[in-house]
Amino acid sequence: MKRTIGFATALLLAAGLAACGDNDRSSDKKGSPANADAGEINKNPYPSTYTPYPSSPVLLKDATVYDGIGGAFDGYDVLLSGGNIAEIAETIEATDDVEVIDATGKFVTPGIIDNHSHLGVYPSPGVSAHGDGNEVSGPVTAEVWAEHSIWPQDPGFTRSLAGGVTSMQILPGSANLFGGRGVIVKNVLSRTAQGMKFPDAPYTLKMACGENPKRVYGYGGGGFPGGAPFSRMGNLAGYRTSWIKAAEYKEKWDKWEEEGGDMPARDLELDTLKGVLDGEILVHMHCYRADEMAQIIDMSKEFGYKVTAFHHAVESYKIADKLAEEGICSSMWADWWGFKMEAYDGIPENIPMVHNAGACAVVHSDSDIGIQRLNQEAAKALSDGRRAGIEISDAEAWAWLSANPAKSLGIFDQTGSLESGKDADVVLWTADPFSVYAKAEKVFIDGALMYDLNDPDGNPVTDFELGQPGEGDTK
Amino acid sequence: MIRTTLALLAASSIGALGTSAQDIAVQNAKLWTGDRMIENATVVIEDGEVTAVGTGAAIPVGMETIDVEGAWVTPGIFAPYSRAGIVEVGSEVSTNDTAAGASVYTAALDMSDGFNPLETNVAVTRIQGVTRIAVAPGFGASLFGGQGFIANTSGAANSVDKQKAFMFINLGEAGSGLSGGSRPAAWAKLRAALVDARTYPARYFAHNEGDALSRVDALAFGPASRGSQLILIRVSRASDIRKVIELKAESSSLNIALVGAEEGWMVADELAKAGIPVIIDPFANLPSRFESLGATQYNAARLIDAGVPTAFSYFTDDSHQTRLILQVAGNAVANGVDHEDALRAITTVPAQIYGMAGYGSLQSGSVGDVVIWDGDPLEVTSAPTKIFIDGVEQSLESRQTRLRDRYLSLDESEKPLAYKH
Repeated sequence: MKRTIGFATALLLAAGLAACGDNDRSSDKKGSPANADAGEINKNPYPSTYTPYPSSPVLLKDATVYDGIGGAFDGYDVLLSGGNIAEIAETIEATDDVEVIDATGKFVTPGIIDNHSHLGVYPSPGVSAHGDGNEVSGPVTAEVWAEHSIWPQDPGFTRSLAGGVTSMQILPGSANLFGGRGVIVKNVLSRTAQGMKFPDAPYTLKMACGENPKRVYGYGGGGFPGGAPFSRMGNLAGYRTSWIKAAEYKEKWDKWEEEGGDMPARDLELDTLKGVLDGEILVHMHCYRADEMAQIIDMSKEFGYKVTAFHHAVESYKIADKLAEEGICSSMWADWWGFKMEAYDGIPENIPMVHNAGACAVVHSDSDIGIQRLNQEAAKALSDGRRAGIEISDAEAWAWLSANPAKSLGIFDQTGSLESGKDADVVLWTADPFSVYAKAEKVFIDGALMYDLNDPDGNPVTDFELGQPGEGDTK
Repeated sequence: MIRTTLALLAASSIGALGTSAQDIAVQNAKLWTGDRMIENATVVIEDGEVTAVGTGAAIPVGMETIDVEGAWVTPGIFAPYSRAGIVEVGSEVSTNDTAAGASVYTAALDMSDGFNPLETNVAVTRIQGVTRIAVAPGFGASLFGGQGFIANTSGAANSVDKQKAFMFINLGEAGSGLSGGSRPAAWAKLRAALVDARTYPARYFAHNEGDALSRVDALAFGPASRGSQLILIRVSRASDIRKVIELKAESSSLNIALVGAEEGWMVADELAKAGIPVIIDPFANLPSRFESLGATQYNAARLIDAGVPTAFSYFTDDSHQTRLILQVAGNAVANGVDHEDALRAITTVPAQIYGMAGYGSLQSGSVGDVVIWDGDPLEVTSAPTKIFIDGVEQSLESRQTRLRDRYLSLDESEKPLAYKH
């Protein structure tokens, strides 16, 4: 019997994932490529040059398949063809041109998507010359773009690939109220940052709550007071001041677009904030404490924009009901806590408690080590949730690693689940990926085999590691 | 007996379940003894100590017996490199006793002076099955971080098991930075400090200060300089490790273990020959610094294959996430380490490194640290179901479980959640 999956399972999880749903639509109105219209701002001046690498059709036979949207299918076949997911069915007959891989006893999942990484902008080695991840020079640096700091030779990309990561969001750091634009990339090594950029993905804006901005600008530099913001209320005043400016800026441009006349002066900082107010740029906000998230939600309503995801969000479990209601994702660690006061109330059940409230849960790394085993982070959260009485299936939990982050990045129409027609961003695991002993055996990106556990010679080595101790070693 | 009784009085006030060390037997265990696996094993604990272990171990008549029905049972996990109990909130300096960058003292810093058994991270560490921790200083004002100690995680008032268990020294890039700016400067200081300490107090009669150490620090470094206290050296690069091996060859009485050793696999045979054990983080596989260009997750398997006594730890957050020692051990297995060797690396090897006979093992005479698990302890999905320290059953609660229980339901229709406790 052949049965193509996708629709039914999507329905199954519809309730749990509805929280992220708004983001799907936002991907339809993302910044269009260089617009030729006279006088209009080029919203995509550093366009993606990524194109999928050549691939031939591959049939993964007899695997346990998690489709990333809640479906689990034992003993199913997955056909990758033309760079896309062609079919998922109980039995697929291989034609002559298809390479058949026996996946009996193995698992097939969508590639992992990390929506919080600093690879490339805080690369290895972490020498002083490589600290390109945060434009700390002022509390509002919405004008900077993370892609302009990416060093594509960061060996961290190769390690995360071995962990089954096929796409990621690379963000500026969190010192500032407005840290700048994030960028979404495919995890395919390239000579340039543009060569990694996820085609047609929307831009994002990094913002930060809490301790970091007031510590860096208020207490930094040795003076007292160092400057604004010095307190959490100073943080809010800082964001609001910028949003007022952005609203005025937007009004000028909207008026010019309607009535013509002299083109308003460009302001890089306000271009980005206007992009948020126009619904083209997705807001990803570093925010630990529940009470602060509630303030930020009110602020977003005050200025008419939407927060797509709170990041780190160690206290999301305290307001999971409100986050579900607002349709805001939480990007979370499984168990990090206590390294700073705003992380003091972190608990290992945060992720399942957020999911259980019907809100959108995402497992993120913010770490070049953590990104290598996000599947284990999900497994820890899942099992801790079960011990607390929260029953979530393994297949549902995979949405934390693929569908939900894809939705939070506005790329779910292309990737994040195993559905016919989507990008073949797929991982074949040696065993149940929620076991500590499982490893990514093959990682396909757009159908091309980019990592193979059993063929070290076929795996990427960055320029930096060439001719160094351990070059080409199994890492 | 007096010691045990005191321990129990203290324990009873901080949430240990028992009021005294139970005489208790665990039956039908899938048992890791610290040395080997035994199926259907029995462990008998009397007066806080293990008195019998094995398939045929006799359970004294009338003893309380837990039939674990084939569940995994291990000794309490021994974390060999932790900062639990000396820092409550990492970035809040008022709560952080890991290091003292402005102190005039170095080797003399006794980290047990800062230990607070009631810190929240002690219980968080305990309820994941870690019953003993080696607590190390952080990076302070000098390549000498100070003296670490061994503690249990019961939260009891007297839970320091061994004060001044080791001297912690930073070499490599960290030691260079703390010694004026170069490796040669760090080594010059270390050699001078060894002379200062070995000639204490004689040279301090003639000169008020040593070449490298003050009077107080020279006194503190004395036992380590003569080999009667372990020296734990933080070092990464193969060439730096070779320098430590040379030091040991010059002064064979020194008792040295390494922590870090990201490029240890490149000198594994030399380490084995020198009898120098290592504490490594099996996750370390990035060239995060120039001194760790050779880092690979296969470091563990290669060191163990070469015969180097190898213990595991999680370095990324060694205070609040000491508990991840089990996850790193599981990953070591995924990267070529035998399952038993991985268990050894978090039980008996740490105990051996610190000279703590009877810890990290369940053999006749061992301390009564027993953990019963709901699955393979190295699996990320497993957790302890019962924990005993010195024969006393421990609470499985922490501040984190209390927060969880408060917020499992967000219903505030009757009263604010603050009334739920």
